[in-house]
Formats: sequence, structure tokens, C-alpha cells
Amino acid sequence: MKDFNYHSAKDSKEASKLASSSSAFLAGGMTTIPSMKLGLATYKDLIDIKNIKKLSGIKVSGKSVTIGAATKHVEVSNSKDVKKAIPSLSSLAEGIGDPQVRNRGTIGGSIANNDPSADYPSACIALNATIHTNERKIEAAKFFKGMFETALKKGELIEAIEFQIPEKSSYQKHPNPASRYAIVGVYVAKHKGDVNVAVTGAKSCVYNDKEMSKALSGNFSSSSIDGMDLDSSEMNTDMHASAEFRASLVVTQAKKAVDAC
Amino acid sequence: MASLVGSRVERKEDKRFLTGKGRYTADINLANQTYAIFVRSPHARASIKKLNIDKALKSSGVVSILTGKEIADDKIGGLIAGWAIRSEDGTEMKCPGNPPLAKDNVNFVGDPVAVVIAESLAEAKEAAEKVEVDYKVLKAVTSTADAMNGDTIHEGIDKNLCFDWLLGDRQKVKEAFDKADKVISIDIINNRLIPNAMEPRACVADYNAASEEITLYTTSQNPHLSRLIMSAFGNVAPEHKLRVVAPDVGGGFGSKINVYNEDIVCSWAAKKINRAIKWVAERSESFLTDIHGRDHVTHAELAVTKDGKFLGFKNETIANLGAYARVFGTVTPTYLFGPCATGVYEIPAAYTNVKAVYTNTAPVDAYRGAGRPEATYTIERLVEKASMELGIDKTELRIKNFPTAFPFKQTLVHTVDSGDYVAGMEKAKQMADYKGFEARRKESEAKGKLRGIGVTSYFEACGIAPSAAVMSLGCGVGLWESAEVRFNPTGQVTVYTGSHSHGQSHQTTFAQIAADELGVPIENIDIVHGDTDKGTFGMGTYGSRSLAVGGIAIVNACKKIVEKGKRVTAKMLEANPEDVEFKDGEFIVSKSNKKKTIGEVAFACYLPGVRDEMKSPLPEGDEPGLKETSFYDPSNFSFPAGTHIAEVEIDPETGHVKLEKYTACDDFGRIINPMVVEGQVHGGLAQGIGQALYENAEYDETGQLMTGSYMDYTMPRADNFPEFNIGYTCTHATTNPLGVKGCGEAGAIAAPPTVMNAVIDALGGQEVTMPATAEKVWKACKNLKKSNAKAA
Repeated sequence: MKDFNYHSAKDSKEASKLASSSSAFLAGGMTTIPSMKLGLATYKDLIDIKNIKKLSGIKVSGKSVTIGAATKHVEVSNSKDVKKAIPSLSSLAEGIGDPQVRNRGTIGGSIANNDPSADYPSACIALNATIHTNERKIEAAKFFKGMFETALKKGELIEAIEFQIPEKSSYQKHPNPASRYAIVGVYVAKHKGDVNVAVTGAKSCVYNDKEMSKALSGNFSSSSIDGMDLDSSEMNTDMHASAEFRASLVVTQAKKAVDAC
Repeated sequence: MASLVGSRVERKEDKRFLTGKGRYTADINLANQTYAIFVRSPHARASIKKLNIDKALKSSGVVSILTGKEIADDKIGGLIAGWAIRSEDGTEMKCPGNPPLAKDNVNFVGDPVAVVIAESLAEAKEAAEKVEVDYKVLKAVTSTADAMNGDTIHEGIDKNLCFDWLLGDRQKVKEAFDKADKVISIDIINNRLIPNAMEPRACVADYNAASEEITLYTTSQNPHLSRLIMSAFGNVAPEHKLRVVAPDVGGGFGSKINVYNEDIVCSWAAKKINRAIKWVAERSESFLTDIHGRDHVTHAELAVTKDGKFLGFKNETIANLGAYARVFGTVTPTYLFGPCATGVYEIPAAYTNVKAVYTNTAPVDAYRGAGRPEATYTIERLVEKASMELGIDKTELRIKNFPTAFPFKQTLVHTVDSGDYVAGMEKAKQMADYKGFEARRKESEAKGKLRGIGVTSYFEACGIAPSAAVMSLGCGVGLWESAEVRFNPTGQVTVYTGSHSHGQSHQTTFAQIAADELGVPIENIDIVHGDTDKGTFGMGTYGSRSLAVGGIAIVNACKKIVEKGKRVTAKMLEANPEDVEFKDGEFIVSKSNKKKTIGEVAFACYLPGVRDEMKSPLPEGDEPGLKETSFYDPSNFSFPAGTHIAEVEIDPETGHVKLEKYTACDDFGRIINPMVVEGQVHGGLAQGIGQALYENAEYDETGQLMTGSYMDYTMPRADNFPEFNIGYTCTHATTNPLGVKGCGEAGAIAAPPTVMNAVIDALGGQEVTMPATAEKVWKACKNLKKSNAKAA
């Protein structure tokens, strides 16, 4: 790993002031540190935001669950409030990585990184999340731009993620057996009025599957999507799963999610 | 005194391991040490046009940079294949040179070309990036099946063929096949695996200019062998000026048998720069450069009568050696594979033909089971297929062809001294509730799932390798083992063993054996191993040999101690040595109340002038001291055997294979410590099931390792397994005084065919290659659905 300067910011203001074109915010470091160790990324400055108190914690209101960006996965999975309000979000957090990752990795880090097979982005899409940054509020649907790409500007810091509490929801993942990232993960959430079917792992970026959303909004039953033949042309192919297999898994996992709701 | 052999004695080594007090090679730091980083080839096959170290030498903290040129100039030898194999046509095998640092050509990704030595690890890394190597990239050969048609990798080795070996009689086999009612044939792949010991390889080399001695601390399963190879073939230093220490070693599985490039380079370089050098592999280096395992492509056939009697067996295999032939590289796909390929069956005629090929991939060598998993996979997949095609129950078909009497003269080589395969099968069936399977299958079916059951009956040849047996095969050296039992004057015992523990619990099990033999409390016995300065010689640990060979050497040395003790007691108590009996640590003169404890005898042996006794207690002809040595060369291999049964449930929508039940019923002969044996069985099963369902080393066409990290190489985890159902039958080995057989590899040998037979059973007989990943199984499920629809 190349040498770098370590800073610990006391608030968001200081953090964004320290930011430059050769810096990165450091929360859990579960992606940043390995990337640096492998020489895939180098930064002059790492700005640690874990000590900013305001960025950690979980608040639940009648309509939403708001989670601070530096809140660790284990805190989300163990939270009684989250379990009660959105149980599927708690179980999603419980299925991320391994105990070491869950005890360091944070929700803000996961979302800012926008790995195409990460779990949390699908929750943001399915639960109509609002991403609160130190500068503005961004709807999830406009936040995830592409592979490892988000709407965040340089120096912009995620402070919290606000999830809309659905009537029913479930997240079902077919994990990569090696890394346990999602080969395909499908988050189904039934809100008053419409249904979201957020898919991660299948394409270069998380997306809401319009075809399945429409079918399920009409009839919220797994039979309404059974046998659906999804277009696999934009889906990922790698040594663990072909696009064809992924397309099939999206439907299978969506059905499982509906059945589990 | 109650016998300790057979009881669940808690592991003596656990305290230090569980409290972080283990001392591994990477824990060793020497004064004024430097750090080494190896510059490795990023190409699978290339010639080196130019290597420029000028910029790197100017980098901060650099002490020295050495390349293939310097090591060749110093006439340091390369890495070797330990066993000579002859082809069917009588020609010798063909092995290329394998210099520790490549000078002219590189042959796999990770092949080292230079070493950078610096004051700190960070400086060594930075300088290594500045070493400029100009490669001419050549077309790589990576496929096992097509290697013989690829470009010639090593000059003078046609078709990339190391040898074309035959064991058995083709003519007899032809005659047997001519008589057959039916021929069952199968094409299988034994997938390449990466051993993945928890502790990556490491070494620390030191040079003492005063004594002109090199000390190498290294992650080895066999320090004496490493010293021998480095001295005799590597020309690093004469044996008396080279000390090799293998301290705590965190798992080997065969991957730490070899002397590696880094051991030789660091030892040689430490003397050159007159400073200590430390090197610790990063995990990505382990993936690329540790030896890999398996990698066979096999076509096999079984000739049968219509009522299920086996008549003949053919085995045509291509074995991938990787870029170079290493220590056990050539014996693993031949003598450790061929003789076991006819399995636990009476088959009148058989042959195994192996073509061993070079490719531009990491060298392939012995990995847990070494040859026997490949053999068992071949015969057991074939037998299971025969049961399907003949419509005979898979357990009945096996029993029908089991030997009826022991010793069992197996078709190709081995004479199996003991066993009861029918008893093992019956017990396994009971443990697995074999009868209840059909009901469970229906329950799964009702849930929309497919359920399958798979069986494997195996035997293996352990305790490698008795000189007599090895010589009769016309190859190599026998592998005996040594032990030295030393009493201190005050009665504690130090046992030196030439075998090496890197997870096998020798500190406990060997102490149990010595405690029983000598009647000394186990806490007063220390087991010492892993240092060439502490014992005369040892062959190390692999091939389930530690107990069946090394353990017996300990017993024999203890027996010599007892014999001397009897003579000394007789002298002290004025009796005839023949009248002295030894029991529970006491020498008793029969028909009297006169006795001496072994502690008293030891004291007398060291301090033979005891007060009040005006004469020496030592009989004429006996020297003072109490220390005995034994070199034990067994008369034969030992032959553990057993039957394993697996049950899987498959979700046809996702292709997910859930291992529902796993039953292992093994005959390991006498068991020294059931808890340790369970640990060995569990570990072996995890690796065997890992091969069947998860693990796979994959290279792309250019020879880049696609599965070079845990992001892509699937190591099985605890949640992949059900609770293992483990049981034993017991027939004692007749070829050694303890009646022991060996248990370290059984799980890795039996599990792959057991699990795959279950998967293929669930899939209605459709062939799936290992590992049975979700996508492969999903596709097979779709085909099954189609063919079922057609049939309906």
C-alpha cells in the first residue's frame, strides 16, 4: 500500500473541506482498504468519518426508517426498530459479507461505492429511499448512475438514508458461492399503490424491473410472474453465472420474495 | 494404569494455538533482517529478452537484487521431481530444468525471475515494481486434454509429454472385455484444486559467517527432506552447514512438501548478502505459486456380466503436471493413482494408462489424498453408473464384487492385509437409513425438489512408502521413519519424531502412545519435531504416514528402552533379566516383591553411582544413559477403507444443491484418539465435498488464473455442511504392532464420488462435472424436465 495522509473529521463540514480530487472518505473501509492494498486505488488523503457522531444511528417514524451513513451492517441487522418496521432490511444486512465485514462495513459506504452486486442499493430502490447528503436530498431512482457510479459530486458526503416503510417486503439473494456477493438479489416491496422489484447483481447497475413491477402491481402473487422470460441481453456473464442463468434467477428470486412477503 | 491409547485426550497443542502463542515462520524476526519480494512473470509463457534492474537498484532501501543469471552463475540447482517414472515403451520420463529464478524462459504466471531484497517490506515492494523485464510472449498451453497438441513448451519434450505409463495387462483386459455382457464407460474430469493452507508459505533465512552455517525457517511438512534436496540437488550448502526448521505450520495438505523457489533463493541470498532475509507469501502469491492438486481427464470402462460381476477395467487418463515436474508430481498420477483405481473390488483384469503432460500452469503435485481421490472418483463413478445401467441396487452391486477373504490380492499391485468391506457397507447403510431414502425422496418431490443418494466404497494405500513395496515397483526410494526416545535423569521423556505436525496433533497422540509404552504420565512427555538439528533424519508427514510409520518407530524405540530397563533392573535387584517384567511403568522381578520404577531406572542409567550401593547398576556391555533410536521401515502399506453415503436435495429452479446428509463409516484400524480422528475426518470431508460442489481452479486460454482470490475461488464454509454422521468399523492392520492404518486423507478421497453420485442420481443419471455449481445443475434440471416431458 502506498503512503497516505490520515485525517479524522469531527463533522461533515470538516470532512468535505478536507476532500480533494485525490482523497476518499473512509467509513468501514471494506472496499477502500483492500483496493489500496492491491494497488487498484491510491489516495493522497483518507478522511475518516467514523467519528462523526451525527452520521451513526437509526431513527424510525411512522412512515420511514432513517439510517445514518456510518451505521454498521451489524447495527442494522440487530436493530429491533428496523426488524419491526422493515424486517427484510434487517435480514438483508444480516446477509452481507461475513461477520468481520458486518462489524466494520457501513450502509453509506456500500451505497456510495455502488458495487453492481452489492445488496443495499436494491433496498434503496425498492423502498423508495431518499439519500440525504451534506448538500441535498437525492431520490434513490436518480442516485445510482452506473457501475460504481453515483450522483454524488466530489466532496459530497452521504449523511443518512431514509427508507419508506412498505406494506410488505422481502429480499432474496442467490449468492456467489465464493464471495457471497449477489449473483442476483431481488428486493420486492409492496407499497400503497405500487410494487417495486429492485434487482442487483444481474446488470451493471441496480434497477427496478418495470415488467415484473407492473405485473405484481396488478396481482401481487408469484403466479403473475411465473415463467416470465426476461431479456438477458444486458445481463452480466462471468465464470459464476451466464446472462441466461441470471435472467432465470431474477424471476426465481422475485417469486421467492413475493412468496415470502 | 488406564491405557491412554483409544481415549479422547485433549490436545496438548491447543493451549498455545487458542491463546495466540503459536510460533509460525512469519512470527520469526531476526536481528538486522531484510525483506524479500519476488518479481514474477505476469505471462504464462514467454522468453525473457531483457531484464533491467538499474532503476530498481537506485530505489530507496534496496540491499540487493538477484536474478536468474546470478543463481545460474553460482551453480545453484533447480527444483526436482522425486520419482523416476518409465513409459510403457521403456523410455525414461522427460523433465525440464526448473531453475529457482527463471533466466531465459518463464512457464507459468507467477514463475519468479528476480528477487528484490530491501531494508523494509514497503521498500522491497516499491523497488520490485521498478524491475523492467522485456518479455516475448508466446502462445500458452493450458488445457489438460489438448496439451499434447499444443506448442512445445520445453525444448526436446515432444507433445509436452513427460511419460506415457502403463500399469496392468492390456491383452488380458481385452480378453475380459471380449467376454463381457455389457461395457459401462465414462468420461470424467477431476478438477484442479488449490490447497489453500490457512498459513501462506513463508521463509526466513539466516547466515552465520562464523560457523558458515545457513539456517532456514520455513513452512515445510518435511524439514529433513528439504535439507537433503537443497543440499544434494540445490547445492545451497552441505547438509552439516544447513539447518532447516519448520516451526508451527498452519496446514499443508501436501502443498508444503516441496522445496520451493523461495526457500532456495532466500537461503542462497542470505549467505551472499550476509544478512537474514524474510519472505512471506501474500495470499495472491499462494494462489499462483503453491502447488495445485488433481487435474485429470479420464476415460474409463468396466466390463460386466449381466448379473453384475466385474470382469475387466480400463483407465485412460491424461494428468496435468503443470509447468514443471515437482517432488511428488510424477508419482501422484502413477503409483499413488493406478494401483487404487480398481477400488475395493475383485476385478480379474485391469490396466491404467497415464499420459502426464506439461502445461503453462502452476505445478501440480500431491494434495490431500494424492492420486487416491482421483482413483476412487474413477472407479466409484463407474460402479454407480453400472448399477444404474444394470438396474442392480448400488450397494448390492458393490457387495457382489467385494473380496471375500483377506489378505486380498488386489488386481494391480497391493496385497491388502485386513478389512471387512461388507461390515462397513452394512453399518454405513444403517447409519444413513438407506432403506428410508425412497420415502425421503417422495417428500422432496412433493416440495418440487429432486433428491438423490450416492454411495462410495473406497480403500486407500497409506503409510507411504515401504521400501520393499516401492522397490518391487521398480521406482524411487522407500520412505521409512525415525524416532528417538530420550529420558532425562529425573524421568521425563522427550520423543523426537521424524514426521511433522501441521495440524495432525502429534504432540498429543504420539505422547499417548509413548505414555502407554513407558508408563510415564503424559504430561511428562514432550514430542519434538521439525528441526534438522534435533533429530538424525526424518521423512516428514504426508500420505497418512505419521502414525502408521512414525508412530511405530516410536513404539519400537520405547520397546528398546524397556529392554534396557529390564537389564538394568536385573543388575540392580540381582535377578535374571528374563525374570523382569515391565508393566505400567514398573520393572518387577517375577515371583517377588522387588521392583524399580522406570524413573528410578532412568536415574540409575545417568547417575550410576548411587549412594549406599557400592557398585554400578549398569550391566556389562550397557553404556550409561537412557536413549534409544528406531528407524522403522514397514513391510507393507496400510489400507484404510470404508463406505460413505450422501444425500442431496436439488432446487430445480435455482440449481442449488443442498447436502442434506453425509454418512462416513471408516475402518482406520486401531484408533489412538477418537477426537483427533473425528477432526481429521471432518477436515477431509470438507475438502472432498469442497471439490465436488465448490472448489475449482480455472485458467483462461492465455494462462491467467481466473480464480486467484477468495472472491472467485470458492472455499467451503461451515454453513455449507450438514452435521456429519461418522462411525467406524475396526479390523486391525496386521502389518504393524499397533494395528493402525491412517485416517488423514479418507474424507478427501471418498467424498467427491459420494456427493457426485448423489447429485447425478437426483438428476436421473445426467453427467455433471465437478464442481456441481448452480448453473450446471440448473441446466441439467432443465434437460431432465424436457426429457421427462417427452417420455410422458
